[in-house]
Amino acid sequence: MKRYLIALLLCVPLVGQAKEATYENGNPEMYQRVMAISGELRCLVCQGQSLADSHSEFAVDMRNQIQEMMEEGKSDREVVDFLVERYGETIRYRPSLNSTTVLLWFGPGLLLVVGIGALYINVRRRKKAVLNQPLSAEDQRRAEAMLEQKSGDKQA
Amino acid sequence: MVRYLRYLLPLAVFLLLAAFLWRGLALNPHDVPSPLVNKPAPQFDLPLLADPNVHVKRDDMLGQVWLLNVWASWCVSCRQEHPVLMRLARQNIVPIFGLNYKDTREEGINWLNDFGDPYVASGFDANGRVGVDYGVYGVPETYVIDKQGVIRYKHTGPVSDEALMTTIVPLVKELNG
Repeated sequence: MKRYLIALLLCVPLVGQAKEATYENGNPEMYQRVMAISGELRCLVCQGQSLADSHSEFAVDMRNQIQEMMEEGKSDREVVDFLVERYGETIRYRPSLNSTTVLLWFGPGLLLVVGIGALYINVRRRKKAVLNQPLSAEDQRRAEAMLEQKSGDKQA
Repeated sequence: MVRYLRYLLPLAVFLLLAAFLWRGLALNPHDVPSPLVNKPAPQFDLPLLADPNVHVKRDDMLGQVWLLNVWASWCVSCRQEHPVLMRLARQNIVPIFGLNYKDTREEGINWLNDFGDPYVASGFDANGRVGVDYGVYGVPETYVIDKQGVIRYKHTGPVSDEALMTTIVPLVKELNG
């Protein structure tokens, strides 16, 4: 019992830390919008985190900036465009489709199609090669023996 | 030939992939290319750090090649960069305009008094609005801006003597014609 109690107590501080990035001010709806858009944007100073995930000063500033622009009545699109203009396409996790990102978007799909195509051609060619291969006399005899044995089993 | 192809093709693919990955190892993930390079520097109108009553605008700098250096008293790397800027300032090659970013006036002024002031002047960007317009994400950052007010180069992180000698100073000289 005591052990469980200690284990329970050990969990307490972790619950506090697992809280999401702080909700400063504004209404909950606004907060949802800010967080939704922040989740789509890369935190440039912290590798592998979005602006919504990070507690870094940069991310907090950016979230404040986004919230302010939304309170001014800017659309999500306008906010993203504003940030892309200043920080570049890199800030978006899903960059817009243009000549430099086309390979990024379709490269993996293209590779998959090429791979499946190569596999298909290979399998067909191999099948043909196998079918065209005549059985040797030894193999023929063994195959017949097996077939005979099998039909013999059934009759028994 | 076809017989060799089945061995050469995977080898070629492997080498290509290895080349890309090798290149990737050498890239700095913190170095985000700025979309502002070769675009007009964003307008600003800031009070000076030294005197809140005097304002400086981007257009005041037109007609000369200049450096915009983003700094703050709380920025550790700025301290590392500072002697390099002091040496550059003494050489009178290019005016350095400071953007004092998200600092307090008192601490900013103290910092310059303690370590020396390489800047022709520093604008006071307390809330970081001008910084956002310039796409600042890691202080210090340095921009080379030409006579027409176009950003020609951006350096993120502390400027080293090497970066000055190999990139920034040659570019300034070239822009000055």
